[in-house]
Amino acid sequence: MTMTMSNPASASPYLPRVATVAEACKFTPKEAWFRFEFADGQGIQYAAGQFMEVSVFGVGEAPISICSAPGKRGDLEMCIRAVGDVTNALHTLQVGQTVGLRGAFGNGFDMDKVAGKDLLFVAGGLGLAPCRSFILDALNHREKFRNVTILYGARTPADLLFTKDLEAWAQRKDSTFLMTVDRGDENWKGNTGVITTLFRKMPKVDPANTAAFIIGPPIMFKFAVLEALAMGLRKTSIYCSLERRMKCGLGKCGHCQIRNVYVCQEGPIFNYAEVMRLREGI
Amino acid sequence: MLPQILPKSKFDEFVGSLSADNRVVAPMAKGPAFAFQEVQTPEDQAAIRMDYDLSILPPKKFLMPQRETLLSFGGRGPENVQPQVQAKPTVILGVQPMDLHAIATLDAAMAKDPADPYYQAKRAVTKIVGLNVAQYANDYQFMADMDTLDAPASGWDLFLTDLGDRWFVEVGSEAGQAMITKCAGFSPAKSDDHAAKVAFDKAKAAACSKRLPYDARYLPELLANSYDSLLWNAVARRCFSCGSCTNVCPTCYCFDVQDKLGLDAASGERVRSWDSCQLRVFAEVAGGENFREHADSRLRHRVFRKGKFILERTGKPGCVGCGRCSTHCVAGISILETFQQIADEAAAEI
Repeated sequence: MTMTMSNPASASPYLPRVATVAEACKFTPKEAWFRFEFADGQGIQYAAGQFMEVSVFGVGEAPISICSAPGKRGDLEMCIRAVGDVTNALHTLQVGQTVGLRGAFGNGFDMDKVAGKDLLFVAGGLGLAPCRSFILDALNHREKFRNVTILYGARTPADLLFTKDLEAWAQRKDSTFLMTVDRGDENWKGNTGVITTLFRKMPKVDPANTAAFIIGPPIMFKFAVLEALAMGLRKTSIYCSLERRMKCGLGKCGHCQIRNVYVCQEGPIFNYAEVMRLREGI
Repeated sequence: MLPQILPKSKFDEFVGSLSADNRVVAPMAKGPAFAFQEVQTPEDQAAIRMDYDLSILPPKKFLMPQRETLLSFGGRGPENVQPQVQAKPTVILGVQPMDLHAIATLDAAMAKDPADPYYQAKRAVTKIVGLNVAQYANDYQFMADMDTLDAPASGWDLFLTDLGDRWFVEVGSEAGQAMITKCAGFSPAKSDDHAAKVAFDKAKAAACSKRLPYDARYLPELLANSYDSLLWNAVARRCFSCGSCTNVCPTCYCFDVQDKLGLDAASGERVRSWDSCQLRVFAEVAGGENFREHADSRLRHRVFRKGKFILERTGKPGCVGCGRCSTHCVAGISILETFQQIADEAAAEI
């Protein structure tokens, strides 16, 4: 004799919540922005640097960083690059359609930990998405911090993300915003060159009293960290977000494991001293 | 309950009593080796091999199946998604001590932050009848070093020791006691039975010598010191990155999650299946960056999980010394040998 036992629905940590696409905007052919609202009206609380598992049933699930300002709210935003099956399927989503969301996962970062400091944001490519969550949090609570500097690099002018935000940041008097592209086009009047060239153009920071958030592809991180260290920043004050392909978000599947650290729970935000100790981090 | 005696002539009756309200799985011959298989017919029951030396796959497959449905869905959207937590009442017969230890490791890993309801539902309705071993199955085993020759203090219901014409049956839980009560063949063990059991374990300890040149408590530290060793590259040159080692490992629990579509191309199931950190794409991320691109970093990661990481996370051994990974390695890589070699590495550093 055999019998089958079924647990109540709420028992599965793999069961996503239903979220509706409230707004969508194609930034580039590869990158699209979405604002999702939770259908259950329960809202969500998340910190800068956290991520969600996004489901398209029949295709799969993928871990995606949250790019909106942290806090307790009824919606969240993501900027999604179409690189795999799930993300390509997500790009076909129209306003009003639904997705499954699990999370928020990861340690996240409480910006109060760096209150009173100079802030330096260094975002490369799609790294601007998770970095934007930190930036918006800092700008929304501008009085808590001293000088705020934002550096952003993209490959070409056509690859720039969040262009409305970029314009708004450029106009702010209470912070510095510099951006560069690796290769300009005929209309480009701004900086060209890799992001590290912006370090020489930015205002001086007080290195002992500066927190840097460096988020971008591994190659950018390596060179930007060298610049930050050369400026005199402390290893423990340089933060980054490690990208891994978390399958579960629950510290089990092993895909995000670096040595004995599950990035989905103990990360993805680490300081550079921790990343160095992990060795396989970047 | 004090230990019981079950005459071997009554063993079939005992198995029959278990089958009444459980799926019973037991070791049986499979080609030249052994495998845990379901006992469905009298022929199956006659084919049970309580004298088996080593099963190809550990009994893990009944608690964390190779493929397991997590959710079912009706279409692309998340509205008609149902969790599918399924568990059949099961008795696993003939689980050797090292595999009991491995199940304790899985129990600990699956209980943590957050608990895994799929594993726990199966575990809750699984009863385990352990089986003492008299000797190593092959030269790859090193349970004496990993302290897994004897059953753990808990986590099993009955534990059988072969005393020739009879089984010495220790009782580890109330469920185990109930199994005894349901079958008429048991009687309390007498002093000569106890003496025979003590003699069995003594002979086992004598037959199963330690094979590491150091106490296994130093294994995590030795591994930590060997992180930059050339050993990993040397061993990995023979490794095909096939993942056989992780497939047969009783404590490996890494997995992949994929959606399987039905014929209507809309409904389907979200399925998790065993995965392997030895496969090249395991640590690859979207866009192609691979954080353990080379076989040596993958091999080192596995050996560190076995000898260090899992122990540090769960408090239970990540390697129980069963030797399956080495027995089934097509390249003849032996984790025992690797554990032996890191001691030489440490010596060379001094």
